[in-house]
Amino acid sequence: MPDYARPQTLTEALRLLAGGEARLLAGGTDLYPGAGARLAGPVIDLATVAGLAGVQSGPGLRIGAATTWTMLAEASLPPALRALQQAAKQVGGRQVQNTGTIGGNICNASPAADGVPPLLALGAKVELASTSGTRRLALMDFLRGPRRTALGQGEVLTAILIPDSGLQGRSAFVKLGARSHLVISIVMVAARLVVRAGRVTEAAVAVGSCAPVAVRLPAVEAALRDAPVSEVADRIRAEDVTAALAPIDDVRATAAYRREAAVELVRRAVAEAVA
Amino acid sequence: MIRFSLNGALVDVDAPPTERLSETLRERLGKVGTKVGCDAGDCGACTVLLDGAAVCACLTPAARVEGRMVTTIEGETPELSRLRESFHAHGAAQCGICTPGMLLTAADLLTRSARPSEPEVEQALGGVLCRCTGYRSIIAAVVAAGLGAVMPELPKGGVGTSVRRLDGAAKVAGDSFGADERPEGALVVTAVRSPYPHAAFVIGDLSAFRARPEVSAVFTAADIPGRNAFSVIPPFADQPAIAASPARFRGECVALVAFEPGADPDLTGFPIAWTPLDPLVTPQAAEAGPLLHPNRPGNLLVEGRVVKGDVASALASSAHVVEGRMTTAFVEHAYIEPEAGAAWLDGETLVIRACTQAPGMDREDTAAILGLPIGRVRIIPSATGGGFGSKLDISLQPLIGLVTLKTGRPCRMVYTRGESMTSTTKRHPAEMQGRIGCDAQGRITAVEFEGRFNTGAYSSWGPTVANRVPVHVSGPYLTPAITARARAIHTHGPVSGAFRGFGVPQGAIWQETLYDRLADKAGIDRLEFRLRNALRDGDPSATGQVLRAVGIHDCLMALKPHWTRALAQASGGKGRGVGVASCWYGCGNTALPNPSTIRIGLSPEGEVVLHQGATDIGQGSNTVIAQIAAEALGLPLTAFRLVGPDTALTPDAGKTSASRQTYVTGRAAKAAAEGLRAEILRRANAGMGATLALDGSALTVRDRETLARIDLAALPVDAHGHALTAEASYDPPTSPLDADGQGAPYAVYGYGAQMVELEVDAALGTVRLVKITAAHDVGRAINPMLAQGQIEGGIAQGIGMALMEEYLPGRTENLHDYLIPTFGDVPPIESLLIEVPDPEGPFGAKGLGEHVLIPTAPAILNAIRHATGAEITRVPALPHRIREALP
Repeated sequence: MPDYARPQTLTEALRLLAGGEARLLAGGTDLYPGAGARLAGPVIDLATVAGLAGVQSGPGLRIGAATTWTMLAEASLPPALRALQQAAKQVGGRQVQNTGTIGGNICNASPAADGVPPLLALGAKVELASTSGTRRLALMDFLRGPRRTALGQGEVLTAILIPDSGLQGRSAFVKLGARSHLVISIVMVAARLVVRAGRVTEAAVAVGSCAPVAVRLPAVEAALRDAPVSEVADRIRAEDVTAALAPIDDVRATAAYRREAAVELVRRAVAEAVA
Repeated sequence: MIRFSLNGALVDVDAPPTERLSETLRERLGKVGTKVGCDAGDCGACTVLLDGAAVCACLTPAARVEGRMVTTIEGETPELSRLRESFHAHGAAQCGICTPGMLLTAADLLTRSARPSEPEVEQALGGVLCRCTGYRSIIAAVVAAGLGAVMPELPKGGVGTSVRRLDGAAKVAGDSFGADERPEGALVVTAVRSPYPHAAFVIGDLSAFRARPEVSAVFTAADIPGRNAFSVIPPFADQPAIAASPARFRGECVALVAFEPGADPDLTGFPIAWTPLDPLVTPQAAEAGPLLHPNRPGNLLVEGRVVKGDVASALASSAHVVEGRMTTAFVEHAYIEPEAGAAWLDGETLVIRACTQAPGMDREDTAAILGLPIGRVRIIPSATGGGFGSKLDISLQPLIGLVTLKTGRPCRMVYTRGESMTSTTKRHPAEMQGRIGCDAQGRITAVEFEGRFNTGAYSSWGPTVANRVPVHVSGPYLTPAITARARAIHTHGPVSGAFRGFGVPQGAIWQETLYDRLADKAGIDRLEFRLRNALRDGDPSATGQVLRAVGIHDCLMALKPHWTRALAQASGGKGRGVGVASCWYGCGNTALPNPSTIRIGLSPEGEVVLHQGATDIGQGSNTVIAQIAAEALGLPLTAFRLVGPDTALTPDAGKTSASRQTYVTGRAAKAAAEGLRAEILRRANAGMGATLALDGSALTVRDRETLARIDLAALPVDAHGHALTAEASYDPPTSPLDADGQGAPYAVYGYGAQMVELEVDAALGTVRLVKITAAHDVGRAINPMLAQGQIEGGIAQGIGMALMEEYLPGRTENLHDYLIPTFGDVPPIESLLIEVPDPEGPFGAKGLGEHVLIPTAPAILNAIRHATGAEITRVPALPHRIREALP
């Protein structure tokens, strides 16, 4: 494989990738930091691969892996994706949002990836393609740990798939950091709630930056079911939140603080989702 | 070959496809207006427009612009034109390093939203960092550009007018900084640096590395021809330009490699073997540990002290006494321009063009390290993309000087963000404790202060910090008895040096937070408590100096109506708090000579030529010094042409530090201009009140009814090429401090007080700043717009120090882990310029640059305590620390 390739089709990209070890370049916002004057090869640039960017509906929703944050933020999407759109506006600055992609964010597998909690709350799957075919995996299973994913050799993450069930209800995203822009979160929460006749029928809540990978909160979700909308925040028990978390002490905050803050942010996120 | 449209013209460039677009633009296409601040998408300085959309050029592969349109600061669009004009008019460009990225990001916004609101501007520009302005003037400039508001026609006058920055047009066009000087055929210099805070090392056989085709030369400590030890204070010279084993801090330079132009500066395989040694991390450990420097027992660099009166008995008989501790962190200057520069030989003269705050000191130190007579070194400062104290110390000057001297070839060096952060100086972390007492009426009786400052591996400005803190730690308050001791202790931490305030901000955090507790104990309103103790004319300072032109009372009184309003508002709001804190700061060196010299001439063509050696790092001396000279001379600013700074062309105006340029260099400029005026009047036989005018080479002098004409073209030309020249020096009258720190260390002090309104989200420990009101006694505002720019920028840095900035070696060596305030973190600021003229200052002016940062952090902590009762004893007050401190 050449040192640098700009395939026009997915088939071509996969063929190149099958030919040897190469780095996949999407937005470049995670690969370039730390590189020298240029990115060391071999590199397969996905920028011109047809069909990788954009959002398509029915059934469910298909978000192309190369869809940028700006495209997501400015797209007309159902209220269930509001959390994702809120997150899109808080990834880096406008410059990063204009080039950074949702697929790159997932594959970079940072515990603080802004796109992940909203996608977990949507029950997202990822679509992985290789020369031997395509497979689908729950996002939850795709993310294996900090900087680790289930992406196999020769595979490209091509799309994020939201099932119809994930498109129900409304969502909200809250991100906590020590400054207002350009901040890696201390804790972030995405919550999606489906409400019928004033009661929660379904809840999906995910927390980021508090474990090796972002996590869903099953106990919280169970506690929210059947809750009247006016009481969603009151249904959040601290132990239901913290049971799912494994935060660490780092330069941004202590683990103990993260637990506390996560509880508070979950309350705020669910309240905002039904507001 | 990559073909694209660059600013409307088709270009072809042969670049590696994954080369950073910033690199391609700068190195291959010569478009150096695109600035590089971090190479990581953290600062936005390199923003360009790609098909109209803002992107970081440092994150964009060159191949991606094929067939597309790229707009850089060298381009022109209707939006860019309006924005340039508006930035210039609003003083929205200070040092200018972030300006190209800021302008292009704003241009993107204006094409999407023609008349953006303030929140829209804040959101859209949030990806660009600025360290100088505090963002408020930028927001105003973009909003005004959107509205198409006709920019106010600014007066073209002398002192007291908000004329636009004389170097402002260059700033909004993309100024020439240290990295932008690229001599033909220049070698590229890269440093080998210690990855450990303390380590022995052995450099192996270099012959194979030297034989690499891309390597031109390698230098180590053994190659330094002169004295391999420097310090900003010569008697303390201890820091090697290139260290011999052991390395004493992480990031220390241990070798230099000069690469051929165009080569990949790859240090892989450099033969060096490291043996990590135990580092002394804390001052406590260092006081009892092995010595970093054999002649400094206890690793004590300097102890400063001020002692007056009987503190023990004064405290014992005080009605109220409070005791408290405060700990602060290493703070990184985080200017957006990493250190950069170039060197070349001009005959026998070594010429260095680099970013700096102190060309004269650069010249002396570089000459000494390289073993050159000082006459063989010429320093031409580039535009400097922020300094704030760190660019007072030499960084790459001796390194590039060595390479050029040894190879005979020009060379360049540009620090990476990581190198800039690890290898240059920091604000001293401080551990402070002590007591303050007052009587039943709330009058201060005594202060007892003990401070330990982590001064890092080498001296730098540690002695200055140790001496300044005890002098200032009383705050601007009448303090009958004081014992204040500050010790600068060496560790294997980064070198702590000068950072806006030289330790005084740390001391003020301790003192001003204790004042709030003391006021509460005494049952007195916190502002009233400060008013009651504020220094007045004729009062003695802690060092026994009888003060005059004391403006603190006026500053606090100016805040009073705001205070009353804010307290009333806070009482209604949940989590609302109001805090106040004061500052004072002596301008210029502490009890040491500190002269400036200015030369001014009239050219045969009728220009006023100002040889202005005061380095303008964004603070505005190019403009302010010229305004002072214009006022004193009696000719309009429009007739002025500035020369320098350049050690070959400008007399030494000292360093840009200690808030001294407006005052000290301003006095020299005033004296020089008065000298020139006197010479003109003498030649015209005119009286003092005569009016001067220039019309080409004709200088007319009108004195009541008489009109004299001097034909400048007819006069003989002097050594400077001028028809008439005057030069004058000024050195502040100070006296040395005695063993108890008693004396008159400064001739001029500036004063200020700030009030912070904020909201604390108690559940999360986060703070939202609502408004800051800042009253600063500047003596006389030479240029109110620039003074306001200093206030807003200093406040932004104070906010950072209070709430988010903490440099941890090895952990926060980039601009995404080391947080500085962004657009949304600086609230609206109301500046109140107070003018209590100082008889010593030019037209009454006092310094301002450092004062503005001092009150912010303590006022924030006081407001947090007012809102929640939380007593913060460690800054930055990160959310988890505020949570822990909640009662």
